[in-house]
Amino acid sequence: MMDSRIERRFAALEAEGRAAMVAFVTAGDPDLETSQAILNGLPGAGADVIELGMPFSDPMAEGPPIQLSSERALSAGQTMAKTLDMVRAFRKGDGETPIVLMGYYNPIYSYGAETFLADAKAAGVDGLIIVDLPPEADDELCLPALDVGINFIRLATPTTDDKRLPAVLANTSGFVYYVSITGITGAATPDFSEVATAVSRIKGHTALPVVVGFGIKTADHAATVASRADGAVVGSALVNAVRDSLDADGKATERTVPAVLDLVALLAGGVRTARVDAA
Amino acid sequence: MTAPAQPNTFKSGPDERGHFGIYGGRFVAETLMPLILDLEQAWSDAKADPAFHAELAELGKHYSGRPSPLYFAERMTAHLGGAKIYFKRDELNHTGSHKINNCLGQILLAKRMGKSRIIAETGAGQHGVAAATVSARFGFPCHVYMGAVDIERQAPNVFRMKLLGAEVNPVTSGSGTLKDAMNEALRDWVTNVRDTFYIIGTAAGPHPYPEMVRDFQSVIGEETKEQLQAAEGRLPDTVIACLGGGSNAIGLFHPFLDDRDVEIIGVEAGGKGVDTDEHCASLNAGRPGVLHGNRTYLLQDDDGQILEGHSISAGLDYPGIGPEHAFLRDSGRVTYVSATDAEALEAFQLCTQLEGIIPALEPSHALAHVMKIAPTKPKDHVIVMNMCGRGDKDVFTVAKHLGVDI
Repeated sequence: MMDSRIERRFAALEAEGRAAMVAFVTAGDPDLETSQAILNGLPGAGADVIELGMPFSDPMAEGPPIQLSSERALSAGQTMAKTLDMVRAFRKGDGETPIVLMGYYNPIYSYGAETFLADAKAAGVDGLIIVDLPPEADDELCLPALDVGINFIRLATPTTDDKRLPAVLANTSGFVYYVSITGITGAATPDFSEVATAVSRIKGHTALPVVVGFGIKTADHAATVASRADGAVVGSALVNAVRDSLDADGKATERTVPAVLDLVALLAGGVRTARVDAA
Repeated sequence: MTAPAQPNTFKSGPDERGHFGIYGGRFVAETLMPLILDLEQAWSDAKADPAFHAELAELGKHYSGRPSPLYFAERMTAHLGGAKIYFKRDELNHTGSHKINNCLGQILLAKRMGKSRIIAETGAGQHGVAAATVSARFGFPCHVYMGAVDIERQAPNVFRMKLLGAEVNPVTSGSGTLKDAMNEALRDWVTNVRDTFYIIGTAAGPHPYPEMVRDFQSVIGEETKEQLQAAEGRLPDTVIACLGGGSNAIGLFHPFLDDRDVEIIGVEAGGKGVDTDEHCASLNAGRPGVLHGNRTYLLQDDDGQILEGHSISAGLDYPGIGPEHAFLRDSGRVTYVSATDAEALEAFQLCTQLEGIIPALEPSHALAHVMKIAPTKPKDHVIVMNMCGRGDKDVFTVAKHLGVDI
């Protein structure tokens, strides 16, 4: 596992002395072709790590932006097989940017966990974040994923206390995703000083990189987080950029791809200046 | 992983991780997990505390009116011409359904845990009304999540909840029915996890909810056993209940699971027929999956996306089912059948006319199955059906289906 794309990327960023810009987009939003163009353009726009959302009909931890983005993808006919195809197509042009699939367990369970892991590995997937699989359910997917060489990235939250952290971190690899608020995506803006304290607390328990997500909407937010953590995740703001670029019928326009990539570039700028400003 | 064909007992579940065979479990976001573990501890302490049981029994007796009667449906029996039919009258409970049994138990737990705010999801509004009722009784602010579509078709219950002081939040995400209301309640819970107690209305969700709700509802089956012993001097031959999430059914069934001679039948909402796309029969036409914190049978497409159910009864309109029912289905101990909208409507009218009891559309599904099997059984065959809710809330829906403008 020491040689995963995720580990190489974070090691390289550490050598550069900066944090990672982690970009979340939903696979198939607003349609397969546009979504593939967005995905392919993310590294060039400044995304260091990509989280690709696997759309689900009942995304219980998501706020309206990502719920709607999932709905757009599903109405456009997105499936798990197409999501894996997107990763495969991306890998033809990019062998190094880590891709983490993020979503809920049922579409994977329905696909068949073992088949899914084999197909995901072959497609070039590096990690998984599955919201509704806590450590208590590690035998479902986490341990089998580690066996095939896919990182299983765990969420730590403000309710994960010091007593529970070791259990959460036990089988986590790649990085730890700290959820900045008790809440859903795309809602409240976190208290960044509390986030910094929490990141230090987690770093006291693990040598893994700690990235922070939920509620990061602007380049300033991204810069603030990047000065204290190893990465900043932006998701809802990006899928809102997709939404705002659509025509009256909800179809992609020529503005859709640049709207997302320009925003990624802006946010990545915030992340890249963070340590310089902080110093 | 699945249960052996003939285990020593069907009542041993769940295990310490909340599994009934392969079903159940705790599939929730990390933010909720510490609270789920706290709840499990609080529930385990309460179960061992005689004072908790005494308070619950006292409230059951003087506040909701337990025990509910076991009623011999004489004219229905004569009309169908076969088995002897009894109704367990849980529609006579305070608030008009079995839902109060569970809400009283959970509000006492909320109090023990020092929570200050209640949330609940509701479909037909029966659980929302019961949750709002116990919140009023114990002085908690209550927020009910209800699909916008259901708010429209269950207006009287919406007003009732508001009178009781609850805030009713319309849910427009997804298809605006029960499953979306549950998603939204979970989103509220994740946001307000420190001070909020989530009163789940059915025997589903993450462990320990399926076990806890079952135990609060098992008073139905326990009373039935005693009352039928007094009336007939024996066990029933068949017990029947309808299932949406399955809380009234598991409450009736559980005390009988190890009485192997008692036939147990659960009736799902067949909507326009289980061979169509419009039904809620997850045990008959779904397959195992993971939703709302548990593994169970779900209505879903080939890609694992959850499908919308359909039923004339908003209370059965849920694409999943409690995990213990999934286990009992696979083990063969309980037989799960379905009744259509049309059959339920017919049963609704027959019961009203013959017994002077207006049943809710939910137990009308169970009654529809009683109407199918009673004529085929001998006269000494005893069937007990759970009349889990009264039909006042449904008269507008029924009128519409009968083409009557009221």
